[in-house]
Amino acid sequence: MTTTTTQTPVLEGRGLTKRFGNVTAIEDADFELLPGEILAVIGDNGAGKSSLIKCLCGAYAPDEGEILLDGEPVVFKSPLDARDRGIETVYQSLAVSPGLDIAQNMYLGRELRKPGILGSVFRLLDRSTMRAHARKQLSDLGLLTIQDIGQAVETLSGGQRQGVAVARSAAFATKVVIMDEPTAALGVKESRRVLDLIRDVRDRGLPIILISHNMPHVFEVADRIHIHRLGRRIAVVSPESHTMSDAVAIMTGAKEPPPEHAGAHAGG
Amino acid sequence: MQDRETEQGETSQSGDLLTAEGIAGAAGGEVAVFEQSQAVVKRLQRFLHSRPLASPSAVLLLAFIFFSIAGDRFLTATNVSTILAQVMIIGTLGIAQTLVILTAGIDLSVGAITLFSSVTMGKLAVTWGWNPWLGLLLGIALGLACGVFNGWLVTRLKLPPFIATLGTLSVFGALAQWFSDNATIRNSDVDAEAGNLLWFGNIWEPFSGFRITYGAFFMLVLYALFMYVLQRTAWGEHIYATGDEPESARLVGIRTDRVLLSVYAVAGLLCGIAGWLWIGRIGAISPIPIVNANLESITAVVIGGTSLFGGRGRVLGTLIGALIVGVFDSGLSQLGFEPLWRVFAVGVLVLVAVALDQWIRRVAA
Repeated sequence: MTTTTTQTPVLEGRGLTKRFGNVTAIEDADFELLPGEILAVIGDNGAGKSSLIKCLCGAYAPDEGEILLDGEPVVFKSPLDARDRGIETVYQSLAVSPGLDIAQNMYLGRELRKPGILGSVFRLLDRSTMRAHARKQLSDLGLLTIQDIGQAVETLSGGQRQGVAVARSAAFATKVVIMDEPTAALGVKESRRVLDLIRDVRDRGLPIILISHNMPHVFEVADRIHIHRLGRRIAVVSPESHTMSDAVAIMTGAKEPPPEHAGAHAGG
Repeated sequence: MQDRETEQGETSQSGDLLTAEGIAGAAGGEVAVFEQSQAVVKRLQRFLHSRPLASPSAVLLLAFIFFSIAGDRFLTATNVSTILAQVMIIGTLGIAQTLVILTAGIDLSVGAITLFSSVTMGKLAVTWGWNPWLGLLLGIALGLACGVFNGWLVTRLKLPPFIATLGTLSVFGALAQWFSDNATIRNSDVDAEAGNLLWFGNIWEPFSGFRITYGAFFMLVLYALFMYVLQRTAWGEHIYATGDEPESARLVGIRTDRVLLSVYAVAGLLCGIAGWLWIGRIGAISPIPIVNANLESITAVVIGGTSLFGGRGRVLGTLIGALIVGVFDSGLSQLGFEPLWRVFAVGVLVLVAVALDQWIRRVAA
């Protein structure tokens, strides 16, 4: 087994700074996502974790610093740019269209057209292929309790909708899946299913950035935890070496963080 | 009284809701009854949710059957072809209106654009004696330009569609009056200079008594075209997504401003074509505003089951909605009712349709 020190991070941020007028959202922030891991990002409200994530997924352009994808410097002009490079985001709002069906939602914005003249001239959508792929993706992730791929998303439960959004990202991501508060709107049972789903996606080889306020969920699924405080990464800890109260104490400033990067290589 | 009976299709459905709740309330402790009747209501709600054309089709069918039984001259080929000819303008404008309403907008300028396009065709091709096909083409292109202008107001200046098109309703209407010199061009003059402008008024008689105008037939072709475009192409799907949740549509990479602009542009183009149809319909070119074109096109969309909140509905529903209005028009007048009762009946239908839509939209898992 290779140690983490020799692994090239899939996604890396170096010295990222983002200012809005006089307000500095993040300052000289570092970030590191290793292959095949679930990295949780936690931080108090206003710590700048959402600005950090927005820089990484292309929604914001950082004022300073650089972003590296597989060790190569990249510049994302928009979330679509990042998406084209294999970084998919599951937004807290889910970004689904409630009136459209499951298959339509999975392919929304990147629909497939029929081959040949039907597709090129008559712009005919290839519904059967899209439906077949969508069904396969959902069943691979164990989500086929959803009976009908042609069912409108608004007729699904919150957890099922989350499932559709996650399945969509997992289907198209080649590098990274970013999940923003995936369990925030869900009940206990549905949260459990979504956490299982997150592990499933990780086990299929996709590293995941998980933004969450829910400490039990973070400690349950995360391989490492990035703690953000006052606009920068203050520590990276492992759920094995630190307790939930340690993490919260570091996050709020009640406790000194461990020496630089102490937790970064834990479990390696 | 007759009008009330014909709306059975709609009212009985919402009636079920009322009785179900009534039973549940009266039964009190009887949980089983409550759950059972609730399940029925839920199933109905889901059925109507997944089949948006069901209720307008039922209303059209019931109205058709009712008037066929009540009036002996209703179910004749001549009468059916007359109804089709009467809905051809509203039906065509209804397609434009459906596109805009699916994006959660509204277009109050469809009638004004139609008028502006038709008087422009007349001015260029008849009064000025330009090549009649060039005049026709420029008139249609003017409709497209008006639509692009509406789209520009909505997407660039960020004006609410209601206000933007309320403004252009007056602007295009006034320009039409000015450009036409407020003069009517008689049928004989149009025929002599630019017979092509009257083409849609020609009649095709596939069998004795059933006379369909080219215009009405063309309207049906347009419906087939837009059913395909809305249900089978990415553009159609993006229209639904933009009207449904614009923010979600943007996040998945749909350029919603482009979708909106294209929708208003296509709506304008359809109005330009409707201007040509309008000349065929009245057999002359008149600067008199097309009475109620805006409101009736919106009425057809709403009765046809398309939601004013965007993202839900079918363009075929609009044709059904326009036909419902046509059937009421024709049926009630044959039964000797004054026109005011037809207005009354259509008003009731609009209210029922919107209330039903509100209820169906509350469907949730």
